[in-house]
Amino acid sequence: MLTVTLSSYLTLGALLFAISVAGIFLNRKNVVILLMCIELMLLAANINFVAFSHYLNDTAGQIFVFFILTVAASEAAIGLAILVVLFRNRHTIDVDQLDEMKG
Amino acid sequence: MFAEWPLLSLTVWTPILGGIAVLLTGDKGDANGMRRLALVVSVVTFILSLGLYTGFDTSTSDMQFVEKYEWISVFNIFYHMGVDGISMPLIILTTFTTILVILAGWEVIKKKPSQYMAAFLIMEGLMVGVFSALDSIFFYVFWEGMLVPMFILIGVWGGERRVYATIKFFIYTFIGSVFMLVALIYMYYQGGSFSILDMHQLKLSMDEQILIFFAFLMAFAVKVPMWPVHTWLPDAHVEAPTGGSVILAAIMLKIGGYGFLRFSLPITPDASHALDWLIIFMSLVAVVYIGFVALVQKDMKKLVAYSSIAHMGFVTLGIFVIFQIWENPANTDQTGAVLAIEGAMIQMISHGFISGALFLMIGVLYDRMHTRNITDYGGVVNTMPIFAAFAVFFAMANAGLPGTSGFVGEFMVIIASFKANFWYAFLGATTLILGAAYTLWMVKRVFYGEIANENVRALKDINAREFFIMATLAVAVLALGLWPAPVVDVMHATIENLLQHVAQSKL
Amino acid sequence: METLYLAIPLASLLGAIIAGFFGGQIGRKGAHTVTILGVGTSFVLSLVALNHHVFAGGETYNETVYTWMVVEGLRFEVGFLIDRLTVMMMSVVTGVSLAVHVYTIGYMADDEHNWPKDSKAGKNSYQRFFSYISLFTFSMLMLVMANNFLQLFFGWEAVGLVSYLLIGFWTVRPTAVYANMKAFLVNRVGDFGFILGIAAIVMYTGSLDYQEVFLQGEALSTQTMSIFMNTEWSVVSVICILLFVGAMGKSAQVPLHVWLPDSMEGPTPISALIHAATMVTAGIFMVTRMSPLFEFSDAALSFVMVIGAITAFSMGLIGIVQNDIKRVVAYSTLSQLGYMTVALGASAYSAAVYHLMTHAFFKALLFLAAGSVIIAMHHEQDMRKMGGLKKYMPITYWTSLIGSLALIGFPGFSGFFSKDSIIEAVHNSTIPGHSIAYAAVLGGVFITAFYSFRMFFMVFHGEERMDKHTKEHLHETSWVVTGPLIALAIPSVMIGAMTISSMLFGDYFGTAVFVRESHDALAKVGENFHGVWGFVEHGVFSWPFLLAMAGVLTAWIMYIKQPGMAAAMVNKYSLIRFFHKVLENKYYADDFNDAAFGGGSRGLGKRLWKYGDIAFIDGLLVNGSAKFVGWFSGITRKIQTGLLYHYAFAMIIGVLLLMTFFVIFGNN
Repeated sequence: MLTVTLSSYLTLGALLFAISVAGIFLNRKNVVILLMCIELMLLAANINFVAFSHYLNDTAGQIFVFFILTVAASEAAIGLAILVVLFRNRHTIDVDQLDEMKG
Repeated sequence: MFAEWPLLSLTVWTPILGGIAVLLTGDKGDANGMRRLALVVSVVTFILSLGLYTGFDTSTSDMQFVEKYEWISVFNIFYHMGVDGISMPLIILTTFTTILVILAGWEVIKKKPSQYMAAFLIMEGLMVGVFSALDSIFFYVFWEGMLVPMFILIGVWGGERRVYATIKFFIYTFIGSVFMLVALIYMYYQGGSFSILDMHQLKLSMDEQILIFFAFLMAFAVKVPMWPVHTWLPDAHVEAPTGGSVILAAIMLKIGGYGFLRFSLPITPDASHALDWLIIFMSLVAVVYIGFVALVQKDMKKLVAYSSIAHMGFVTLGIFVIFQIWENPANTDQTGAVLAIEGAMIQMISHGFISGALFLMIGVLYDRMHTRNITDYGGVVNTMPIFAAFAVFFAMANAGLPGTSGFVGEFMVIIASFKANFWYAFLGATTLILGAAYTLWMVKRVFYGEIANENVRALKDINAREFFIMATLAVAVLALGLWPAPVVDVMHATIENLLQHVAQSKL
Repeated sequence: METLYLAIPLASLLGAIIAGFFGGQIGRKGAHTVTILGVGTSFVLSLVALNHHVFAGGETYNETVYTWMVVEGLRFEVGFLIDRLTVMMMSVVTGVSLAVHVYTIGYMADDEHNWPKDSKAGKNSYQRFFSYISLFTFSMLMLVMANNFLQLFFGWEAVGLVSYLLIGFWTVRPTAVYANMKAFLVNRVGDFGFILGIAAIVMYTGSLDYQEVFLQGEALSTQTMSIFMNTEWSVVSVICILLFVGAMGKSAQVPLHVWLPDSMEGPTPISALIHAATMVTAGIFMVTRMSPLFEFSDAALSFVMVIGAITAFSMGLIGIVQNDIKRVVAYSTLSQLGYMTVALGASAYSAAVYHLMTHAFFKALLFLAAGSVIIAMHHEQDMRKMGGLKKYMPITYWTSLIGSLALIGFPGFSGFFSKDSIIEAVHNSTIPGHSIAYAAVLGGVFITAFYSFRMFFMVFHGEERMDKHTKEHLHETSWVVTGPLIALAIPSVMIGAMTISSMLFGDYFGTAVFVRESHDALAKVGENFHGVWGFVEHGVFSWPFLLAMAGVLTAWIMYIKQPGMAAAMVNKYSLIRFFHKVLENKYYADDFNDAAFGGGSRGLGKRLWKYGDIAFIDGLLVNGSAKFVGWFSGITRKIQTGLLYHYAFAMIIGVLLLMTFFVIFGNN
């Protein structure tokens, strides 16, 4: 029978993380996708927290997940708000064209 | 009645507060009132510093007029001031020169005159602070603070390339002083005190001393300035307004020499001893090399600036030649070290008067002609005979004619360095020829001959205010040249004590 | 006496200050009255001092006036040493100065014509001139009265300063302001040696006071010092040679002679006062004063003698080809200074000072006579445009004749006694180099006679070559000019015979001059001295007299009998042409100095400035480091693309690197 062990959760977390990193790298078009990738990264971290929390029988990890979810939510809100302002000013959300910080 | 007053603090803070008051007066109201206020402040400061001089006890080498209050107690930093025979003459020189500078800028400065005057007054207070601070952090605050008014003076009232010059000036001096700060902090960690007098007694190994010596050298060599870190000075002088040049040459450069005497020699005697050849080499290069460079300058201010570097070479030569005087087996009676250092001190004071006078004179010409190029002049004697008489006098003083102050220091240092090595005196004495050559050649091209052009023909001789400034300086130059004893006597006790301290190895 | 000694220099100084600072208020008359009063007071008081020391048997006076400063026991003082040498110098200086003051009233009467109309410097120039010559008298008195090296150096440089001011008195003339700078700088080269000599004295004797230093003269001769590696030099030789370098500058000895001919750009009275009678003899005086040191160094004496011999001979030769009347006298002065220097080298100090004194009178006379001619000729100085002036200017003619005869050493005239004794002393000297010197001074006699009478004949005899306008206005000059001429002519004839017995062969100088017995050439001359008449009789049948007569004769043949002869000889013989060219160009010394030292130092300065300061320090180090920072940040800023995914990539790479680091090294 298939047992779901800690390593399975960790693998899932790592996979999700890798997907999000790949998303950040490969995506050259849309800032919204960048935001989604960041959310996905946080999710990967959350999965690790929950998995370790269960494994170590320590609820602190699950409490941290709530914190992260809160942060993620506010981040999404602020991020989208910035995005709207950005689009209003630049008429684009193309990542390749957002190089104001170029040295 | 002066005795109970905190005279030293008053001498430092009167001009600073007075300067702020002048600044607050602003340029909207009565400009003459503002100028008079500035003049009164500078005169009061001078009188206060004379109070220091009259109350000064020449028989002791201890610090006098000492004031010590807690300042930043966490780091053991004190508001700690005092004067001895080294700082006393320099403080008088500062307060004296500031009066003349205020007068020199009287109606000449049209742009923001109140800020101009205030900058000088504030700078005066800071410079007196540098000469009197006995806590090294307190010293450092004044040392760096002094740069700010000068930076503003060159940057606002300067010539065409003022931005280049002022940045160069600032970065040069700042880089040097940062290393000094590191050395001070290191010694604080070693000895637990920022007091300069405690640092004198601090035991340091040879390696530590050498590093600290170089850190100080970076700071002071730039200030003096010694070859090869001198190139900021001609640029700064050329761009600075007349008053700025005067203060720069007459006082700021002296702070370098003062630093060598107050910090390098007593704190790192063994490193100074081991590396004296380097300083002597740099000093002699300054005298000879810069002498030749001064010869070919086309800009009068640059010429005088280079001449300043050459003359300051005598100061550093006199300060660091002492070890070889002691060690020369041919110098049987071992004397000469006091002569060397007092010669360096006299040279500093005399150079304050003479270079100040020369820059003021160039200022007088520049105010009328708006050019400093030697080739734009010729035959000025025909239209400004009184001024030309002063010019020849100060030129001769710059060339070190006996009877003027320029001779005294050079003579003492040459005699003393002969006791160390024939060739030091030989190379040093070339200034007799070179100094006369570049100064008199300039005088010849600017003042003598027939009237060169219509601008020169239209020149008006100096007015009463300018005459007063020139005459005051001429009297000072003559007095010091004909009777240097009063100045030398002030220094004896301190310098003998300093030399005793330096002669003892810290290892 | 102390107040009296103090009053001597201060009287002149006071006159100078009043005339200098208040010249505008007191006017011309006030200025010359006050300065003549001042110098006159100095002169009279000097005579009182002379009387006190020479006839009343006064003790040598050696006291400090005030202490300049004291450092480490080394006393820097201002003080007077008055002995017989000093009082003689004081009397000569103030006496000639007084004559020159009076003469100046006439010479500078029309000075406003020497200035452009628009020059304010020409205003009160008359008063200024008087102030300067009085200031000079003060400086010269301070020099000769000094009892220590500091004050000697003060006077030494102060006379240089006044000389600078006076040579360039007509500040609008380019030649004058070139000459005064040249004079000051060449003198500074001498002073360079002088100050090193003083430094050496301080090091080895620990004092600046003459008496203390002289006491150690003998001790110094046993000490050595190393200057170059491994070579030991006698201390006293080094000191004496360095001091003599100073004398070479002031007394215009080869190769530092170049300033003196040019100094003739100044007004004639100062040529007489400074550049003939007094300042240029300061070097001679100084060496005499230092005789207790020089006596212990044969090397220095030999050096002195050879330099003097070269100067005496070679400068006289140049005098032959000069056409400017003042320049002939100037080269004659150089040559005569060479004679004095040779005498110093032969340890005949008293002969040198004796010649200094007689020369002061007859050379001042010749200069003032030349000035008188120049005034009469409307400031024409070219002898080729003169001639036959005898009938127009009888007083000037006769006084010039007296001066010239004294100069060539005609028996009985003052120059004869002094010059003959120098030649004899050199003959008897044992110092290395004395044979060359003897040949030079003997040859110099012929040359002196030749150029002196060449000038004399060209000016006063022969064809009248001046233009018509000048000729119409030719007449004898006024009494203020001729008066001093006569006043100087008297001592030019008499002073030699009057003083030779006591000054040269008596004990006039007493302890003021020290001569070691082995050097005492003059004593050997003195053995054959049997009174003034004997000396004259002996002189008539000696080589110097014959040579002098030959010189006069040659001049007469070439410039009176056959006026075209000189030019014809130059054209005919290429060797003579070559020598003539070399002499006309003054051995190319000026050209060499201008090119090597003038041009050389300017070139060096320019190179040091362009390549050292601007290119290397400022260009490479200062602006170079600024540029490097700019360049470096130019590269690093490329990393900042501004693209989010690049930053993210860098972060990930960073995290990976950190993790790798911890995995590999973390466990240890």
